[in-house]
Amino acid sequence: MNKLFLAALVSGLIALPAYAADYSIMAPASPGGGWDQTARTMQASLQDEKISGNVQVTNVPGAGGTIGLAQFANQANGDPSQLIVGGYVMVGAILTNQSPVTLADVTPIARLTGESVALVVPANSPLQTVDDLVAALKADPGAVAWAGGSAGGADHITAGLIAKAVGVDPTQVNYIAYSGGGEALAAILGGQVTVGVSGYGEFASQVESGDLRLLAISGEKRLDGVDAPTLSEAGVDVVLENWRMVAAAPGITDEQKAAINADIEAMVNSATWQTALADRGWVNTYLAGDAFDAQLAKDIEATGAILKDIGLVQ
Amino acid sequence: MDTFALLAQGLMAAMAPMNLVYALIGVTLGTAVGVLPGIGPALTVALLLPVTYRLDPAGSLIMFAGIYYGGMYGGSTTSILLNTPGESASIVTALEGNKMARKGRGGPALATAAIGSFVAGLLATLGLAFIAPWVVKFALSFGPADYFALMVLAFITVSAAFGDSALRGITALFIGLGLGIIGIDLQTGQARLAFGVPDLFDGIEVTTLAVALFAIGETLKIASSPSQLKEEILAVKGSVWMTVEDWKRSWVPWLRGTAIGFPIGAMPAGGADVASFLSYSAERSFAKKPEEFGHGAIEGVAGPEAANNASAAGTLVPLLTLGLPTTATAAIMLAGFQQFGLQPGPLLFANNAPLVWSLIASLLIANFMLLVLNLPLIGLWVKLLTIPKPWLYAGILTFATLGTLGANGAMSMQVFGIRFSFELVLLLAFGILGYALRRFSYPIAPVVVGLILGPMAEQQLRRALAISQGDPGILIGSPVAIVLYSVAILALVLPMIMRMRGKGGALAQLASDED
Repeated sequence: MNKLFLAALVSGLIALPAYAADYSIMAPASPGGGWDQTARTMQASLQDEKISGNVQVTNVPGAGGTIGLAQFANQANGDPSQLIVGGYVMVGAILTNQSPVTLADVTPIARLTGESVALVVPANSPLQTVDDLVAALKADPGAVAWAGGSAGGADHITAGLIAKAVGVDPTQVNYIAYSGGGEALAAILGGQVTVGVSGYGEFASQVESGDLRLLAISGEKRLDGVDAPTLSEAGVDVVLENWRMVAAAPGITDEQKAAINADIEAMVNSATWQTALADRGWVNTYLAGDAFDAQLAKDIEATGAILKDIGLVQ
Repeated sequence: MDTFALLAQGLMAAMAPMNLVYALIGVTLGTAVGVLPGIGPALTVALLLPVTYRLDPAGSLIMFAGIYYGGMYGGSTTSILLNTPGESASIVTALEGNKMARKGRGGPALATAAIGSFVAGLLATLGLAFIAPWVVKFALSFGPADYFALMVLAFITVSAAFGDSALRGITALFIGLGLGIIGIDLQTGQARLAFGVPDLFDGIEVTTLAVALFAIGETLKIASSPSQLKEEILAVKGSVWMTVEDWKRSWVPWLRGTAIGFPIGAMPAGGADVASFLSYSAERSFAKKPEEFGHGAIEGVAGPEAANNASAAGTLVPLLTLGLPTTATAAIMLAGFQQFGLQPGPLLFANNAPLVWSLIASLLIANFMLLVLNLPLIGLWVKLLTIPKPWLYAGILTFATLGTLGANGAMSMQVFGIRFSFELVLLLAFGILGYALRRFSYPIAPVVVGLILGPMAEQQLRRALAISQGDPGILIGSPVAIVLYSVAILALVLPMIMRMRGKGGALAQLASDED
């Protein structure tokens, strides 16, 4: 009896590591950016909730994530412990950079979070509403200088979609690219540009303090506790969310994919993850399986179309 | 008076024994990673972010502050002793600092860097406490046209600072500008001069170029002319500490460096590297003995070192008052704030005053710790130079290669089935370029300056013209820009007049061997 117990204990100990898989998550961006923060939040959640024993985060920055993606697709092939974070910006970067490696070369697992793009103007701007902005845009598209993140990203695409929706030629959009929402913020506060377009999180504290006026947000629904219409409510038929996703290595088996899916689902439902989302102001837009694959295909197609309209992709 | 009371309260909080321990851990780690090329402060703070889940907000912010300041200072040690700048802000430190080290004055060079960093950190932190709202207003008033004017000023003063051989200096500058074009253009998203190589999409990494030109290029030069090996490097000549004359020559540059570094650090598109270039040029033009520049002028270490530390404190101005991170380290500190439910920005001072003041107080303490930690170590550091030259240069080569591998060493290239790191190939190619430049007496620094300033100048110029819809009038449309251009013209014309009066001889002599 005693022996049996011992055997059970030993085999239990040996089997234990198998339950808690180790992961290595690649953030295809520099430390500090959104993808890096997503990867590190995943790391903390997976470890704290004992879903995984040991999680490493690596950074491979560059070119909208396509450098990291290419490296990941080449080197992680068939390895179920490798994950990569990505998102909407990567979809655009793959198209504008004509990246030889695309999301079809990895195994997308799930969409995790989403963030609305916000339209803001300085407090002393004559523009009060989205209607004012649309009127100015129609009067002289070139005179409306938009400031946001790098060319071809979610911010630029939002500007292009708005122009298109109100009947202005998207190639006429005077988009000034900054290396990030933060640098754009400085230009908007300094009154150097007409309107700012970037993730709501970049502007939240200035909107609260009254230094910036929030005209609208691009998501499907209003944000809790934020007094601004969605673009659709304001009469511009545009819905866009800058989402972030996690993908696994190419060449893994269906069982391995299912196991990763289960781990990610457990992570998304964990208290650690939910608290982190609330702290950072990220919206949970978890979507996995076939529904995510279908949505991803739709997003890739729509992004390609608008990038052609803006003139960034031939 | 209110501010003083708040600051005193903050100091009391930050002086708690546990917080002092965190500050010590922070500056030690920061100095260590600053010394190692390849691991920057940004990555260190990112790696330590999970640790802070277990600390209280004040404790972790204090640790971050220590890492940040420590990293800024650590970079200068390798610049001075080994001519291997680990980050872009310590490139100019290498120019004079390494010359001093070779003459046996490594001790005073390290000391003036440490004390200058302390003085600058102290003043800039007080600036952060007392005049942040005004500084940020000034920084925000800078539009793209004004930034472009600032870049023009930097170009002119920096290339003028490389002496008489304008042709060689400008040739070197243009090599840097050419390298700066490589990569994806921010405004259009299109790749330029990347030849389809994904590793080039993000442009040439400044530290790779700097380490290659300075460290590898020099090693090759030494290896190619064995006779130079006999030239003695003096580890210590005279005192390890600063002499009375060193103090006299250092204190004004410290203050000037602080005055230049703090506002430039506070600018969203400024940065410690730009501040250190401008400070170097300023010291050179104000120097009583300009002929010493290029041969180890202590002002050329004191000024830029003060400027880059002041600029580090400057970056906290937009971070705390606007929630605007202007460097990668600041971005991660922002993430740290958010983790504690704090939103840096206009309301932070009002909503979380005690925490903000203990952060500012902890900066003062971190700064002090740094001095305490580093001054006694100077004697130890300079011993590095007693290593026989072949060993020393072999060590530098290993160090430079490991650093590059650590920073961007992805094995991304594959030729004939062999994987290798593209970044290492770049390192070697630029090392050979560095050797050729030295061999034919071209200055090295303008290449790196071109790579750093070129893309900034280009983006700002194009932003300015896009906003004005093509009207070039915007470039001289603001008082700030006009002032900057006037200073630039002065900087261009004054040396010419001086040269015509026959004072150019000394400058000419320097041009050939400023590396």
